Parts: sequence; structure tokens; C-alpha cells
Amino acid sequence: MSKIETKKVDLYYGDFHALKGITISMKANTVTALIGPSGCGKSTYLRLFNRMNDLIDNVKISGMVMIDGKDIYDRQTQVDELRKNVGMVFQKPNPFPKTIFENVAYGLRVNGVTDKKFIEERVERSLKQSALWEEVKDKLKKSAFELSGGQQQRLCIARALAIEPSVLLMDEPASALDPISTAKIEELIYELKKEYTIIIVTHNMQQAGRVSDYTAFFYIGELIEYDETKKIFTNPENPRTQNYITGRFG
Amino acid sequence: MSHLETELQSLKAETVSMWNLVVLQLKKTREALLTFDKDLAREVMLNEKRVNAYELKIDRDCENIFALFNPVAVDLRFLLAVLKINNNLERTGDIAEGIAKFIVNTGADFDRSLLDATNAIKMFEESEKMLKDVLAAFENEDTAMARSIFKKDEYLDEINQKANETVASYIRQHIDKTEQALYILSTIRKLERVGDQSKNMAEEIIFYVEAKVLKHKPKA
Repeated sequence: MSKIETKKVDLYYGDFHALKGITISMKANTVTALIGPSGCGKSTYLRLFNRMNDLIDNVKISGMVMIDGKDIYDRQTQVDELRKNVGMVFQKPNPFPKTIFENVAYGLRVNGVTDKKFIEERVERSLKQSALWEEVKDKLKKSAFELSGGQQQRLCIARALAIEPSVLLMDEPASALDPISTAKIEELIYELKKEYTIIIVTHNMQQAGRVSDYTAFFYIGELIEYDETKKIFTNPENPRTQNYITGRFG
Repeated sequence: MSHLETELQSLKAETVSMWNLVVLQLKKTREALLTFDKDLAREVMLNEKRVNAYELKIDRDCENIFALFNPVAVDLRFLLAVLKINNNLERTGDIAEGIAKFIVNTGADFDRSLLDATNAIKMFEESEKMLKDVLAAFENEDTAMARSIFKKDEYLDEINQKANETVASYIRQHIDKTEQALYILSTIRKLERVGDQSKNMAEEIIFYVEAKVLKHKPKA
């Protein structure tokens, strides 16, 4: 069974048709990269899965968006519960003005967890999963703003992991980072897919190649091609995909 | 270990497996020649398909790594070297198959005295050893060992050069065995090519480890 599936999803911002009949099925424990030129709909598509598009005025969505076989746009779906299962990491690191520890513990606390030992264990586990523990274990009470950009981004990943989602959405998670920090985030994604299903939006074609198992190429709201990343990057079916990944347009 | 490192390590392991298979192919061909064992020669011919399958797999893996990881510096040189080594190994496999075909096609046993006089078996052993030494150089990134191959190749060239006269003289005395004499001469020519392939692979190892291009340059 697919972990994540969209069937004939159309999304309108007012009159603007941003997603046109998108059908994709993603397996569990895979990384799917969404690529395409600016405005192609890839971030809009990503935000379907934690219903962040709901926050925008005049949005109209049709079709089905399923996670674990359940339609997340069903009336019975509670968005808070959905977002516990679907974590998100944004382009720019956005730690809270709190300590490193409290940043990671935040999601647990707002979900009503009070057990101190449980929180400590979960914070440590999340920081280890995000490959940050060794760098911060002696300064957990320091402000998150004391960390470098790359460390802050891994902190944000730890924060997303702390509530144990099964899906992780990443919207250009390394585009604001230097090459070394980018490499760390990419290695982290490679490790995290053992436990999570990851969807990543990236403008960096090489990054899509390095981190993802599957790639979806979007263009003006349409899904042009979706296949194994190996296939897309060595022998894409569609000439538009080829032109885009070889830098001939976009 | 990074994702790319894992991929490169796996590619290296695959190349080593192919290499070992080609070494085995040469060894079996030598044994088949010595004992005139046509079944063993046929086995070599059948196993050539496995060598070809390795070549295709390694080509595809290299293509994927180039496309997905954009390797640079030593990683890029390693991939370029593996691509060429892959080709050299496949050709060496073809050589073993070609000699095996001679064995299958020849009517009578090869004359041991001609094999001895031409140093054909010695040449076989040397070319196998060269192939194993280059493999060890590849596995251990040992450029000193890779360089030692160049001298050994000269030895094979020497045997090859002397073979013409030896075989011509043999044919004059054994006109009825002209066919097998020509097969032996062709075998020697092919083994000389094994030396060339090994030398090429040694050059690729030096290129990959030291970033030095030795092609078309004196090796002394």
C-alpha cells in the first residue's frame, strides 16, 4: 500500500489553477524530490500534506490526498492530529527564541506531555536522529540562536522529529546553508528515510539526485513526469523533463 | 560513511568481483589449453556471458553515480578509472573466450613441445599474475604495485616478438600441424593483449590515486 497518495488533485488560488490533476503514489520510507521552475506548483503540492494551503484565502482543492489510506481532507480529519503525523522543515531555519532543549521539547509540551524524563529522552533521541546531539549536548540550555545556520536547521529537524511524525515535508531545507551544512542535511535525509517518508522541494537538481529515490517534475501546475530518480536523471521520458534537468530551460 | 561513499564502495566491490571472474577465466583457459580439456574451454565460453553482464551492470552503476551525485576530484577520477577498467576487463574476458574457442575448434591436442618452445604457458601464467597484481593495486590503491606492471608487460612483449620465428620454424618441420601452430601463435598474440590491458588498468589506477596521466608517456 502507498504511504502517501494523491488522486487527481486540483488546487485553485482564486482563479489561478495552481495544481492540475496531480496523481502520485509514494511508498513508505522513500524520499521523493519535487522539482520544477519557480511557480510550477511544487511547494503548493508539498503543503497539501499538512494542509498548510488551508490557511490561504480563496483556496479550492478537489481530488483526494491520502496518507496511510485516509483522506486527509475528509471532514473528520483533525488538522492538529494530522500535523503530529506530518512534520515540516522550512527553507530558512526558524528556531524559537528559546533554549536548544526547549525548541525540541516544544512540540511535546504543546501536546500536553509533562513527564520530564520522557521529554528529556525524546529530546536526546531527536537530537541524535538529526545528527546534532554531539555538537549541542553540553549546551542544551543555551539559546538556539547561538547555533550556526546549519545547526539551527538540524535543530528544526529535531523539533519536527520530536513528536514522532511518520512523514517529513522539507521545503528547500538546505538552500540557505553553506555546502558543508548542506552535505550534513543531505546525509541526514538519507539516514532519516529509514524511519520516515520524506518529501523534499528543491531547486537544486544535484541535491534531488543525491537525496531522493523518486523525483516528480512539475511545470505550470502539471506533473510532467514522476519516476525513480535514477531514471529521471539518466533517461527521462519527457523532453520537457530532459530540458529542465539539463538546464536548457527554467 | 556518506551516501556517495557507500555507492563508490559498492561499485569497487562489484569491479573486484568482475576482476576475480576474469582472472578465473584466464586460469581455466590455461588449464584447458594444457590438458586440452574442451569441456573446460566450453565453460569459459559460457561464463563470458557473466563477464558481459558485469560490464553492463558497472556501466549502469557509473552512469547513475555520475547523474545522481556529480562526483568531483578523487571520486570523479575513481569513476572515470572504473569505467575504463571495466572496459579493459571485458576485453580481457573476450580474450579468454577467444582462446577457449581455439581449444574447442582444434582437432588434436596441442603439441606440448611447441607450447614450451613458444613460452605460451609461461606467458599465460605471467599475464594471470599481472592481472592479479593490478587487482591488488586497485584494491589497496597501491600505485607502486601498479607501476611494477609496466616492466612485466615488457616481458610479455618479448615472448610475443620471439614467437613468430619459433612458430615459423615449427611449421616448416611439422607442416601437418600448421593449424594448431597458428592457433598457438594467435593465443600468444592475445595474451600479449592481456598485458596491454593490464598496463592500461595500471595507468588508470595511477590516474585515480595520484591524478597523474601516464598514457602515451615513457613508463621508465
